[in-house]
Amino acid sequence: MAIIEVTNLRKMYGSQVAVDDVSFAVEEGEIFGVVGRNGAGKTTTVECLSGLRAADGGTIGVTGLDPRRDRAELRRRVGVQLQDCSLPDKLRVREALRLYASFYDRPAPWEGLLEEVGLGPKRDTAFAKLSGGQRQRLSIALALVGDPRVAILDELTTGLDPHARRETWELIEAVRARGVTIVLVTHFMEEAERLCDRIAVIHRGRVAAVDTPAGLIGAVDGMLRVTFRCPPGSEGVLRSAPEIARVVRDGDEVTVTGGDDVLLALTAALSAHRIVPMGLRVERATLDDAFLAITGHAATDEA
Amino acid sequence: MSPNTLTRPSHDTLAGRAALRTLLRTETRLYLREPLTAFFTLLLPLGLLLILGSAIPGFRDPDPNLGGERVVDTQLPVMMIVLSIMVSAFSIIPSVLAVYRERGVLRRMSVTPVSPGALLLTQLVINLVTTVVAALLMIMCGSLVFGTRMPTQLPVFALAFVLGVCGLFALGLCLAAVVPNSRVAGGLGSVVMFPLMFLAGMWVPRELMPEILREIGDFTPTGAFGQALRDAWAGTTPETLHLAVLAAWAVAATLLAARTFRWE
Repeated sequence: MAIIEVTNLRKMYGSQVAVDDVSFAVEEGEIFGVVGRNGAGKTTTVECLSGLRAADGGTIGVTGLDPRRDRAELRRRVGVQLQDCSLPDKLRVREALRLYASFYDRPAPWEGLLEEVGLGPKRDTAFAKLSGGQRQRLSIALALVGDPRVAILDELTTGLDPHARRETWELIEAVRARGVTIVLVTHFMEEAERLCDRIAVIHRGRVAAVDTPAGLIGAVDGMLRVTFRCPPGSEGVLRSAPEIARVVRDGDEVTVTGGDDVLLALTAALSAHRIVPMGLRVERATLDDAFLAITGHAATDEA
Repeated sequence: MSPNTLTRPSHDTLAGRAALRTLLRTETRLYLREPLTAFFTLLLPLGLLLILGSAIPGFRDPDPNLGGERVVDTQLPVMMIVLSIMVSAFSIIPSVLAVYRERGVLRRMSVTPVSPGALLLTQLVINLVTTVVAALLMIMCGSLVFGTRMPTQLPVFALAFVLGVCGLFALGLCLAAVVPNSRVAGGLGSVVMFPLMFLAGMWVPRELMPEILREIGDFTPTGAFGQALRDAWAGTTPETLHLAVLAAWAVAATLLAARTFRWE
């Protein structure tokens, strides 16, 4: 049975549609990704899941609870890590965890949690003196200190350097290993591909696709991308092969895209005409490519 | 409802109490970690009381302008109590809450079983304790150093104190509700604070004010406050008008704060 069920969720801010029609189901124990560009409706969706905002339409069930009607019980079962939330500068790590643990009837042992997120040596450090990665790990610990069944983590690694980001990912995997269902909101495709069991792609307030990362990538036309150099005009011999979806020349380089069988078809066609591909490299499509194919836009502006 | 629910506190109540205790302890630590806070609410008013009271010779002599009372008897200590309360109400409370709001501390709490209202309540309690400590300091140091009397009508003094603190703290919450961030909170706090201090009689005792200013002061939460406290201290029953003005401000400002305050 699904632990989270969202059906036809709709949310307006005035006349602006933030979430138009979103439906998905999250299975117990999985890491479920909610991906989309900034402003696609991801954060609004998780705010409705967390009971912070009332939906204008549709139904939401989180561990069988309605986030607005059963707010009190939801708060005990769901740990939430919100975007742009920090702590008072002079609050120390240990004090923050002890404080948040006191909010729950049956909290997780916070001393153990402190070690688990790797903040043991920083227990007496003030929040202001923590690095970005340490703050995020504290934030995850606070979301887990109530021993929740579901953890909602919003834009966890935004602003972190690559090393801190990788450490955070390992922590999330460790959390899932404890049996906590995780909803991970992100606009980093690399993060979603690495961590999530399944992903909902939100685009303009709607769910554009829900699948495993491999499923989303596999659906991309041109899953394999082969790039090489060859004499001008000689790439024409490739155009007749049915396995090859696209041939594009850009200066010296030719890029050929297609499915798993594209590489064999390419080498067969080239060797039949005694053309030697120079500097050949093969790239697999990433979730970024899948995202681009599904929504027609890159996931991030800089991409 | 089973009899159990009547006799035994539920898990919620117990957890709620533990949360409030931890919250109070944590916030008190944070409060004490800001040395400037205790300086402005306790040390500065106390220092001013002792320095002005000792340095200005006329302050320790019976003053015909004050009906034969000395400045150090009620005027100076009451003004210093009011100063301490105003610093809490218009500077500390609004900026702490504005910081908590702009940094998402309140929003973060709203996804836990404990409402951010508990944090607000904790802040009010801590600041209330500070003002009580300030009042006790002024009363005791005044008595020890200048030989002033203890407040004569203690119950009325306490009543005026509670009403005045409620009104001023609630106004501070209104201020916290309207400011966009903590920087504006500080600036706007001063803008509100100085005229109210003046009307309380901080620089010119109310006895020496022109009639019109004193009448305006009667209707302000600080003018009525200072006068009611001084009257109760000296042994005169405070004017009903002043107590009514204080009660009205307390109720109106609390309602306004409840309507305008936002967690995020």
